Amino acid sequence: MTTPVQAPAATAVFASGVTRAFGNREVLRGLDISIAPGEFVALLGRSGTGKSTLLRILGGLDPDYGGEALVPRRRAVVFQEPRLLPWQRVLPNVALGLAISGPNGRARLREQSLSALSEVGLASHARAWPVALSGGEAQRVALARALVREPQLMLLDEPFGALDALTRARMHGLLQDLCARHHPAVLLVTHDVDEAILLADRVLVLSEGAITIDLPVRLGRPRDRGHGEFTALRTRLLTELGVSVE
Amino acid sequence: MTVLGKSAKRGLPAAVTSPPGDPAAGASITLVRPSAAKPRRGGRIRIPRVARRVIGPVLVLIAWQLACTEGVFTSVEVASPIAVLDAARELWSQDVLQSNMLISLQRVVEGLVIGVAAGVALAVLCGLFWVGEDLFDPVIQAARAVPILGLVPLVIIWFGVGEFPKVFLIALGCVFPVYINTYAAIRGVDVKLVEAGQTFGLTRLGLVRRVILPGSLPGFLVGLRFALVAVWVVDVVAEEINAQSGLGYLINQAQTTDRTDIMFLCLAIYAILGLVADAIVRTLERYLLVWRHGFQGA
Repeated sequence: MTTPVQAPAATAVFASGVTRAFGNREVLRGLDISIAPGEFVALLGRSGTGKSTLLRILGGLDPDYGGEALVPRRRAVVFQEPRLLPWQRVLPNVALGLAISGPNGRARLREQSLSALSEVGLASHARAWPVALSGGEAQRVALARALVREPQLMLLDEPFGALDALTRARMHGLLQDLCARHHPAVLLVTHDVDEAILLADRVLVLSEGAITIDLPVRLGRPRDRGHGEFTALRTRLLTELGVSVE
Repeated sequence: MTVLGKSAKRGLPAAVTSPPGDPAAGASITLVRPSAAKPRRGGRIRIPRVARRVIGPVLVLIAWQLACTEGVFTSVEVASPIAVLDAARELWSQDVLQSNMLISLQRVVEGLVIGVAAGVALAVLCGLFWVGEDLFDPVIQAARAVPILGLVPLVIIWFGVGEFPKVFLIALGCVFPVYINTYAAIRGVDVKLVEAGQTFGLTRLGLVRRVILPGSLPGFLVGLRFALVAVWVVDVVAEEINAQSGLGYLINQAQTTDRTDIMFLCLAIYAILGLVADAIVRTLERYLLVWRHGFQGA
């Protein structure tokens, strides 16, 4: 861990001039991004534009970047796959890497993990093995595992990409509930324009290694995909992503 | 079109020609069932699985006994199962069988414990640290290529003829299979799980304890099974060459007195001990790898 650096006030993510190259290929070329505490930001981009690279840098999984990037200590990642440890039951998976010191630490940890599990509706699965879960259930456990640490920043890397449309719709609702209750800053990487507009306070588009679009979404919640402004935003973003809409 | 339901299956022609529908589609299509209906034979007698698995060995025993009594082999060439049983009774009553079996078992267990511990330790060292791998792995690979049995004369010069050289050879025999398999398993642990562990704040030690070692357990158990075979091979040779006790010694003694029945008895005991060891590892697997099948409890 590096020593804490003072970031501009009221920021959960501050990145400036971030670069990352793989061999000769420059994926990120001086990217700037800042996210306020409690803000939900969606990051769109065509495949191969470096969305996941940025997320891995912010998540601490890629130290080989240039420029400055600052994130809170309490952060959590939800990957596209649940990445649960198959040899641990659901509850210890949720508590992975957590320890509460002091008297009754273990019991309190167990209680917190259980309450995170019940927030995603899976309290009854605490003793199940990951292999016995469906794709949607496993991803909800991964959400609980992120939540239980009370993160100041949640990094979501296409967390619903592998789910079927029905399960994805339910997960959208669940994620919105959880964010309304816990107020973490969120960076959601996705390639689904509708998902971005549905969930985010602000939508960014990553292209050619930098943020090319930064659009606030000024729609009330719950959002209606048929709303005129929704459609207008969708058309605008799709055009930016190179998809022509007739 | 035909109905593909169960009731329609029997007594219908194998292929049906559908009536012409859309004349533009041309000739009508011949339809067949995707899989041929298999007639079930009723009244089959169900034999329990255990019984079915015993049938093979029992048939071998009967053939073996018949070959001996019918004079295919002389009693010096091959001892009959009954002669082997008699030998067992004779040696048991003299307390020869128990004492020698026990001493062999003791050597094997000691060697196994030391060898497995060393194999795991080396695998963790080389699997987790590049320095460990660069330093030790080439040496281990080279040592692995040396036939252990070729070391026996040297080991006698180094350590004499006591218990230590035997245990040493047995331990050496199981270091390599445990090392190779555990090392490969550690390197094969899913990087995605390691990353997940890292992002959720596991320390390096926590990562080893909660992600890497459990993930390499299946590979370790494969190595253990190989080791359990290797230990008996080394045990026989070590005891045949320089020992005053043990099953290998018993075989060697039997050779000087032409007691084929005792040789067969010792070999049979090795076979049974091997089966028992395998059963133990299988039970171990069932408990340790319960997460693979995901059933509740246990």
